[in-house]
Amino acid sequence: MRLFTNAHFGFLSFRRRAYLISGTLVLLGLGSIAVHRGLNTGVEFTGGTMIQARFTRSTSVAELRDLVNGAGVTGEQIQPLRTRGGESIQEYLFRVPTTDEAEGLEGVGRQVRGALEGAFGQDGVEILRTEGIGPKVGSELQRKAAFALVLSFLLTLIYLAFRFEWRFGVAAVVATIHDIVVTFGFISLLNIEISLATVAAILTIVGYSLNDTIVVFDRVRENLKKKRKESYEETLDRSINETLPRTVLTSGTTLVALVALFVLGGSVIRPFALVLILGIAIGTYSSIFVASPVLLEIHHWARRRHAGPAHATG
Amino acid sequence: MFSTVRWRVIWITLLVLLCGWALVPKQDAEGNPIPPLKLGLDLQGGMHLAVEVDDSNAPPDADLQDAVERTLTTIRNRIDQFGVEEPTIQRAGDRIIVELAGITDPERAKAIVERTAFMEFKIITDGQSFVTALPRIDRAIVNAVGVEHLRPTELETQVDLGEVLGARDTASGAADTTAADTTVADTAPNAMADSTQGVTPTPGAVPQDTGPATPADSAHDEALHPLAAILRPGRVAGEFLVATQDQPTVESWLELPEVKELIPRDITLNWGVEEVPAGGNTYLPLYTLEAEPLITGEYLQDAGPATRDPTFNQPIVPFETTRRGARLFERGTSRHVQDNMAIVLDQKVQSYAVIRGVLSRRAQIELSPGSSFQEAQDLALVLRAGALPMPIRIVEEYTVGASLGEDSIRQGRMAFIVGIAAVVVLMIAYYRFAGVLAVGALLVYVILMLGGLAGLQATLTLPGIAGLILSVGMAVDANVLIFERIREELAAGKTPRTAVDAGFSNALSAIVDANLTTLITGIILFQFGTGPVRGFAVTLCIGILASFFSAIYVTRTLFMIYLNRRASSESVSI
Repeated sequence: MRLFTNAHFGFLSFRRRAYLISGTLVLLGLGSIAVHRGLNTGVEFTGGTMIQARFTRSTSVAELRDLVNGAGVTGEQIQPLRTRGGESIQEYLFRVPTTDEAEGLEGVGRQVRGALEGAFGQDGVEILRTEGIGPKVGSELQRKAAFALVLSFLLTLIYLAFRFEWRFGVAAVVATIHDIVVTFGFISLLNIEISLATVAAILTIVGYSLNDTIVVFDRVRENLKKKRKESYEETLDRSINETLPRTVLTSGTTLVALVALFVLGGSVIRPFALVLILGIAIGTYSSIFVASPVLLEIHHWARRRHAGPAHATG
Repeated sequence: MFSTVRWRVIWITLLVLLCGWALVPKQDAEGNPIPPLKLGLDLQGGMHLAVEVDDSNAPPDADLQDAVERTLTTIRNRIDQFGVEEPTIQRAGDRIIVELAGITDPERAKAIVERTAFMEFKIITDGQSFVTALPRIDRAIVNAVGVEHLRPTELETQVDLGEVLGARDTASGAADTTAADTTVADTAPNAMADSTQGVTPTPGAVPQDTGPATPADSAHDEALHPLAAILRPGRVAGEFLVATQDQPTVESWLELPEVKELIPRDITLNWGVEEVPAGGNTYLPLYTLEAEPLITGEYLQDAGPATRDPTFNQPIVPFETTRRGARLFERGTSRHVQDNMAIVLDQKVQSYAVIRGVLSRRAQIELSPGSSFQEAQDLALVLRAGALPMPIRIVEEYTVGASLGEDSIRQGRMAFIVGIAAVVVLMIAYYRFAGVLAVGALLVYVILMLGGLAGLQATLTLPGIAGLILSVGMAVDANVLIFERIREELAAGKTPRTAVDAGFSNALSAIVDANLTTLITGIILFQFGTGPVRGFAVTLCIGILASFFSAIYVTRTLFMIYLNRRASSESVSI
């Protein structure tokens, strides 16, 4: 079986429309983040308590809200989780932000648990997992996550500068920033919680997107050495087309594996898989429609700068 | 040696066998199977706690580092109360991380961690009143537990009896040498004279009736004296040794309400922390202590740091009591010169020393000459933990119920199988026979990957499983790059053999770059991540290395075999 062999798509002639699409996605994402007043950061980053509980009889968000409010807990978010096993088994996720450094962590968990066990009985509710994070640890993790993101960025940039020309590095970084912003935008639009796992997923996307871009750029470099009689744009197009089967097949297999994870994985893994699916789709798009066009723009810009004075005198 | 087909096959086989062997379930000393992959807390259920010392009420010049060390000592001392196997308690910066796998009562574990340290100085009694009560205690145990439940343990312990009695002799023999003991002395000048005079041996002569001095005649007889049959005479009066493996049994007996009633009111039974080796077995000491403490930790002002005695060069640990504590201490020690004083932290005897004279405000514990300086430092830490207990605050808590863990494993395994199956189908449909070769290489990859995880004793977490599935996708990528290249070379009119060679060498640079950039991300994640994220990073990194090897080396080898087998190499199925 063969797909896209000897394809001759004019990807770069499509670049102005691609800029429009990317620009829209970026604006939409930033807009959503602005409307939501920042990202929906989980208790890991803000500090607070999260409890996942399983009930043996059907209940509702409203009922649970009344229960925990009755126990003196405020500011809670309650989210039903999709479960298999019919209506009889229901899972809910409780999130309560912590305001007080001293006793909030312990107290809230006990209050929620007490309220639930009081209403459903010891056998009617099972606490599947709890997470409690003090605000100090939370802000520390936030800093660490940002640091890791920036560091992985810098190191990859250095590596690329070392392996390729600087302009390849810049183009790859622009594409990766694009991926991160758009992914964050989708995370905000779909109201996915930013947890440690989400950050890990985003870092993986960074790696993956760079990977995709590198494969195309590796081919560009090789084709440039061959010194065919063709324009820079044609070389880029040729390189993208030559690597297209690989791009499609690799993204395809990875996406299939991730969809399996998304469908079959439980409540803990599902958001993680979703972010990866989004990111890999975006990364594949950007390696074709962002990275190479940026490389072309840099090439045009550099040539204009070189040619500029020559034109003026001639 | 690396390039001929024969050697390649040998290398690959060896590596696969090595990794396969790492995956074979082993058994521990007692014959229980050890799973080859260690599961993270999120998969097997358990609790992760990060605690901080609450120094908000401490004086501004308080030494935080020391406070953290003290707290670490305190929590370690309570390690057996968590009721889980292999608890992890370690320091991470200013925090202490406690990891308890498979815990059933998280609330109780948190309460144990958060409890403030409590220290007492107590006199070790001669143990007579306990020994007198022993026959009645034994009867109570037999009545409560039933004779039929007692025999198996007794028969096991009987085997060691002769050896242990021999060991007792050497132990008490050692105690007879005068200066061989840890002593506690006043450091005030006037008391010095007293105390140097007062050096006497520990009462090493153990009363003959404290233990089963005569080997029991029959298992039946021992079953009627379950506790007496287990207790061995210790190194000092009031110390009894219990084989480490019997300790939980004895502890459960002592917890019985009918047994508690029979223990004389004026003593308490406290376990020691230090294991005593004797006759190829280890023993835990059980002490009979006066119920009334001489002083408690609140009367201790400060302790340490450990130093060395200027004259005799033996390690010493100075400590200081409060003004009120000094009066109590004087009154208490004046009645107990030459007795053994136990240092009890959270109900466990950390150490004991002979009282050489009346002790007051300032005193010092002189360790027996054979002791290391480290022991003195540990003792100083224990004393400070009791003298300056710090409130502890839990700043991070993750608890995962066992049922959620089981769900996660089941779902993860299913996703892994479905993901791999989908990739296999795609590859074979797309690349036909070359796809089969790639699947073979993928199989090697999975074995290397899991074997590597097992071999490095990495912990498999839920994000780790996700990393595994993701890296399968990436492992395929290298193969795809190579195969696409081979197809291109074939299309350019090269013969199969040259096309395969050119395909591999031309795809290499892209594969190296791609793998290295992902490896950078993996390493950073490992550095920054805690727990689950770290698990993801580990599988990602091992996955990249394994996939690199499998694509470059294994696929290549399979291709070589494939091409060699074909008489006329005019076409290749790709």
